[in-house]
Amino acid sequence: MAVDRIAAPIIKDAIDFNIQLKPYHKFTLDNGVEVYAYEGGAQEVVLVDLVFYAGNSFEQKNWVAAATNFLLKNGTSTKTSFEITDAFEFYGAHLNRSCTNETATVTLHCLSKHYQEVIPLMGEIIAEATFPEKEIAILKQNQIQRLLLNLKKGDFIANRLIDEYLFGFDHPYGKYSVEQDYKNINREDLVTFYEQYYKQGKCVIFIAGKFPATMEPLLNKYIGQLPLNKKEIKEQVHPIVSATQKKYSIVNDTASVQGSIRLARHFPNRHHPDFPATQVLNNIFGGFFGSRLMSNIREDKGYTYGIHSYLQNYMHAGAWMVSTDAGKDVCKATIEEVYKEMKILRETLVKEEELKLVKNYMLGALLGDLDGPFQIISRWKTYLLNDLTEDYFYNTIKVVRSVTSEELQVLAEKYLKEEDFFELVVY
Amino acid sequence: MIQFEKFQLDNGLKVLVHQDTSTPMAVVNVLYNVGAKDEDPGKTGFAHLFEHLMFGGSINIPVYDEPLQRAGGENNAYTTNDLTNYYCQIPAENIETAFWLESDRMLSLAFSEKSLEVQRKVVCEEFKEHYINKPYGDAWHKMRSLAYTKHPYKWMTIGASLSHVEEATMQDVKDFFFQFYRPNNAILVVTGNVQTEQVKQLAEKWFGPIPAGVPYVRNLPKEPVQEKSRTMDVRADVPLDMLMMTWHMGGRFDEGYHATDLITEVLGGGASARLYEQLIKVKQIFSSIDCYHFGTIDPGLLVIEGKLVKGISMTVAEKAVLEEVEKIKNEILDAKEVQKVINKTESVICFEDISIMNRAHSLAFYELLGDADLMNKELGMYQKVTPAMIQSTAQKIFQDNNRNTLYYYSKS
Repeated sequence: MAVDRIAAPIIKDAIDFNIQLKPYHKFTLDNGVEVYAYEGGAQEVVLVDLVFYAGNSFEQKNWVAAATNFLLKNGTSTKTSFEITDAFEFYGAHLNRSCTNETATVTLHCLSKHYQEVIPLMGEIIAEATFPEKEIAILKQNQIQRLLLNLKKGDFIANRLIDEYLFGFDHPYGKYSVEQDYKNINREDLVTFYEQYYKQGKCVIFIAGKFPATMEPLLNKYIGQLPLNKKEIKEQVHPIVSATQKKYSIVNDTASVQGSIRLARHFPNRHHPDFPATQVLNNIFGGFFGSRLMSNIREDKGYTYGIHSYLQNYMHAGAWMVSTDAGKDVCKATIEEVYKEMKILRETLVKEEELKLVKNYMLGALLGDLDGPFQIISRWKTYLLNDLTEDYFYNTIKVVRSVTSEELQVLAEKYLKEEDFFELVVY
Repeated sequence: MIQFEKFQLDNGLKVLVHQDTSTPMAVVNVLYNVGAKDEDPGKTGFAHLFEHLMFGGSINIPVYDEPLQRAGGENNAYTTNDLTNYYCQIPAENIETAFWLESDRMLSLAFSEKSLEVQRKVVCEEFKEHYINKPYGDAWHKMRSLAYTKHPYKWMTIGASLSHVEEATMQDVKDFFFQFYRPNNAILVVTGNVQTEQVKQLAEKWFGPIPAGVPYVRNLPKEPVQEKSRTMDVRADVPLDMLMMTWHMGGRFDEGYHATDLITEVLGGGASARLYEQLIKVKQIFSSIDCYHFGTIDPGLLVIEGKLVKGISMTVAEKAVLEEVEKIKNEILDAKEVQKVINKTESVICFEDISIMNRAHSLAFYELLGDADLMNKELGMYQKVTPAMIQSTAQKIFQDNNRNTLYYYSKS
């Protein structure tokens, strides 16, 4: 008998899955630094994430936080920049740094069998970084060149400007660096920032993977004895000053064949009760490949290679953003279509079938996102740093399962209003 | 060690199963043995355009994505010069949905005019976004056409020109499909929370009835040995000068392949590699520099490319790179440096194998090479590389007549 290829096989709805966020194990080092650990996975690898409250909200001069974070491993009292990097790389270990608005991290990926060799080095760069003048000069020079290159890219310009319109240039979420900022930085700035926010800073650790027996004692020996978490870090308050003008069109490159389009409005952070249901609405709108923006503007009209909407979750504030690069001659039409999709969501109930599809997709994707120790600890990290508990996780699932088309329409009426959006095209 | 089982259907479809019960998910990966290198030189970009069309509906299922999303799945695909790979990740309980979808589009596409028309536009926008509207976006187009005279690696997967994509016809699409998208030209890999018996039964049910096609015999023109160094000057509206050099290297089956891979690590793998340390940090000639290769199946290119510090001349930069290249030819590496790049490779392999998705990609790729178990032998191949092998491989590759150089100047 021929197989029936018309009817879809029977599925189990993802909304009926029992999705669990596996718990972490917590311990505290001698100096009070809290460690959140999740052990698991088949591969003999481990991830150690040192999170410092040393993001750019804490800096007094532009770029100090990012430069300090980047140069942590470029020299200590006993080792040159090369010796440090070489020592990590000899063991196939990767040491990454990253700096965001509130926090800055130093992340180690290594084979479990080499953990004991590289953890001491990690302690050393936190305790004894020296910020050599030569390393600073090279970074400044290369950073300026990188900026020159990025300024040629419409999407880079668009990303900077849309944040500035939303939050204001004096807000950490809205500011960005110009060439002069790189030139203005001196060693003193970095050393001062380092002393306050790393050496004697506030730190929290996330660790995941296959742990060697020495995991906890070595962490305690090399990180747990440092003078961390002794002083309270003052919460930084930055007023949001949004632009008054709403619509912008900028020519960055006259030869450009595409325009970088950004539409954005303010949106509350995860603590707001509207947040979980709005995630569902966002998915319908532009949050995944099957979204309305993608179906209409890419799959029906072919104006763009991709169009996405997302909720930008900063710790203290957020934004709802639509982002795409579209052909120069269809930018205007693209923007009109985005507004048209907003209007449809405000005026017409989402059909039950579409809503169910999105719910299943979101929960199936969530199940996939929780697969593996690094993904699990990463989710816990997001929650813990944002003062959320597992209640948030289970509440979100509950809302995704139960939210109705009527509730989504109320949210669309509240948030998807054309007049609330900043609109920018960079050609 | 990645365990797997392997069987073949009567229509020639190879099926590999790797079980991992620690995950609630499964990955269904279908690799087609067709890449940009199999294209007609007058119709380039086709394999990649085709990848887009594979989402435009199949003979019995009008839309590919919706039923998959309804089952909680996600999918994507990629095209290289060597192959095209489709994969979806789905809760293991709903795995049959993936079999239904993947088998129907292997059976036959819907060949919708609308889908072809839209995807031609989408791919043109992709072309613009990545290769025109981006500084240095055309560098690889130019380098490939400089380095290859005969072999089809001379064009990029996106295509040699926008017009090739714009001119694709429905007849081209149908011909391409029935030539390459047949079960005997594909490898199906299933990883995750599945059992071999279950996969066998599902594969027979959904893929078994698809007729085999005429076997594809690949007969690509070989790239002749390069006899003279080639250069090309480009002037464009970019902020910085860029230097890009390539040398022909062996393919995936070449005995020097693993040594070549380690050479790129010694020179360009990370901030303690030689080019970074010497040319960015010590001499400050480059603001960024990389050394890499693409791991292509046929003989490929070893690449060194970097952006010059403003004020440094192209001649000085070129000389500095060549000094490092001479060093690796003339001075044998010490054992510690070799050990470092082998350790790094071990680490890369371990981290790559974490997800069931990557395991599926790797199994499919190594099976395409001839035997999925090569995946488990890879580290051993690297461990056998000695300092002498690195030196002799470097001497073979880094010859002046084997070199192609793109001088990419800033107009400003």
